[in-house]
Amino acid sequence: MIVLAFLVQTLRIATPYLLAASGGVLSERAGIIALTLEGWMLTSAFCAALGSFYAQSPWVGLLCGVAGGVAAAALHALASIRYRANQVVIGIAINLLAIGVTRFFLRLAFDSSSNSPRVPGFDWYVASGDAASGPAALLASLVNPLVIAGILALPAVALVLANLPFGLRVRAVGEKPEAAESLGVGPARVRWAAVLFAGALTSLGGVYLALDQHQFTDNMTAGRGFIALAAVIFGNWRPTRVAVACVLFAAAETFQIQLQGLQLIPSQFVEMIPYVLTIVALAGVVGRAAPPAALGKPIG
Amino acid sequence: MSRPANAGTLATAWLAPLVALLIAALVGDILILSFGQAPGDVYRLLIEGTWGNAYGLGQVLYKATTLTFTGLAVALGLRAGLFNIGAEGQLAAGGFAAAMAGLLLPAGMPAVVAVPVCVIAAGVGGGVVGAVPGALKARFGASEVIVTIMLNFVVLALLNWIVAVKLHVGESLHTPPINAGTLPRLSDVAPAFHGSAANATILLAAATAAAVGWFLFRTRAGYDLRATGLQPDAAEYGGISVGREHFRAMTMAGALAGLGGVNYVLGYKQYYEEGFAAGAGFLGIAVALVGRNHPAGVPLAALLFATISQGGLAVNAIVPKQMVEVLTAVVIIAVAVTVPEVQRLVGSAARRVTA
Repeated sequence: MIVLAFLVQTLRIATPYLLAASGGVLSERAGIIALTLEGWMLTSAFCAALGSFYAQSPWVGLLCGVAGGVAAAALHALASIRYRANQVVIGIAINLLAIGVTRFFLRLAFDSSSNSPRVPGFDWYVASGDAASGPAALLASLVNPLVIAGILALPAVALVLANLPFGLRVRAVGEKPEAAESLGVGPARVRWAAVLFAGALTSLGGVYLALDQHQFTDNMTAGRGFIALAAVIFGNWRPTRVAVACVLFAAAETFQIQLQGLQLIPSQFVEMIPYVLTIVALAGVVGRAAPPAALGKPIG
Repeated sequence: MSRPANAGTLATAWLAPLVALLIAALVGDILILSFGQAPGDVYRLLIEGTWGNAYGLGQVLYKATTLTFTGLAVALGLRAGLFNIGAEGQLAAGGFAAAMAGLLLPAGMPAVVAVPVCVIAAGVGGGVVGAVPGALKARFGASEVIVTIMLNFVVLALLNWIVAVKLHVGESLHTPPINAGTLPRLSDVAPAFHGSAANATILLAAATAAAVGWFLFRTRAGYDLRATGLQPDAAEYGGISVGREHFRAMTMAGALAGLGGVNYVLGYKQYYEEGFAAGAGFLGIAVALVGRNHPAGVPLAALLFATISQGGLAVNAIVPKQMVEVLTAVVIIAVAVTVPEVQRLVGSAARRVTA
């Protein structure tokens, strides 16, 4: 039972990481730095809460959330691909923009500076009585389209990158855009497509946060986009390893939450784990970090 | 030959930020209208609440002081070809170190000794945090962008732990007040500034900007640093150790951001408080960008962003202050987009003139 609870909680914490990291892998493999995962998630979380509240339907929330995240991704693509702006600057700016815009519209829509009202989520199975704390209830909490999407996202990205023509093109524009161009692949179009898809995948992570907590709260992503980015780098940009990194980071958090009463390790040190591991990985302690060769470089 | 090129640099220096501000003003209009207010009223209130009275001006100067330091920290890194996203953590570490020094010094120590000790501590605190990505870049080629971002979280979590577990006062998240090293407020000399946080650190900021300018453009080491940023391969060929330059630049950048902590800790509150950096490190990126990485441009850009930030509080009664967070981000995006675009346009115009 304890083990099951641990695994279920790990998976639930890992869900936004897995979704955002799948977007991060896709974007970075196409050569666009994924510093904006945080901003995309925050935007989509807000739009999801907005849609779910006004339509009283989590599915409408899902659609709105993805639309919002893709819009943020489109802004990112427009600035960094069409206008060749510095991707690091644009990334930081879009994160700031997401915080500001969500706060502004939180006040405009719900007249609050902290949170939205309660919104419907995907509660397909709500146990009551004795069953509410049993294994069935734990497993039922995983029957959520977004948790399932989280499990499938990175394998899907792996499959696309390895086997589909689109995946090959993504890798080509991420490694050597000139070579891709000489083969008749429009590198700008491939990057656009990759960033928009990445935005959609990452948005699912934001939608999950808002619908799982049944509300939007100010800055609710709280650095999860950066943990996902850390997982992408720690996983050396390879989807399977990135998935392992996401689950590992989530497991550390679960461990800390479940052992909170024991005060074994201060929570601040558990928070540091993903970041410290990423720095260590970049220093080449565990094999050489090999980012895509054209990462961050504008085309042409 | 040189005339169109000069005109080009001047045009990019002024035109791009100007276009960016126009875009931001336009977005601001839309936001204000969406809240059912008249843009003219809001902008008038914004100016009146910042440059229109001594208190507002004092607050602008206070915020611009911190932003000058973080802006210089980002600009110096960029001059060496490095992106320092770590100013947030460096600033916090600098403030923390200044507070530690002020706590350890005995009460009643004369300011001529105590202040320099605390200021140096701030620089060292930030410098240590900056040295880590510098060393990893020099030794392993690790991306300074990622390392500085990740290090921000590590440093802030570490300081949070120290303050929350060891050093906080009562229910608060700040340290006890420092024994020595307090800087005078601006209101001590000009009572009109009463209530504002502006303090003597502003002089340190001006002197630091001048010193960075002197270092970059008047010294051998500054030349090496700029050469590394412009053409690392050529610099290496010319006998400059690129790795050493990277390490030195990041350490200095960290120290610059760390000095920003003086403004809050020695000048304003007399203690280190959890979260005092409050985004000033990230805003440093915007300041460096708009200030064109130039020690003369950075303080001006810092004044601009400080005005926007303080202006949010001034207009909060009729539109949400969060509006200025949106405007700040819009300015950054617009500058990042227009600078390459203006350069391209001016470049092709210059080519036509010289052809």
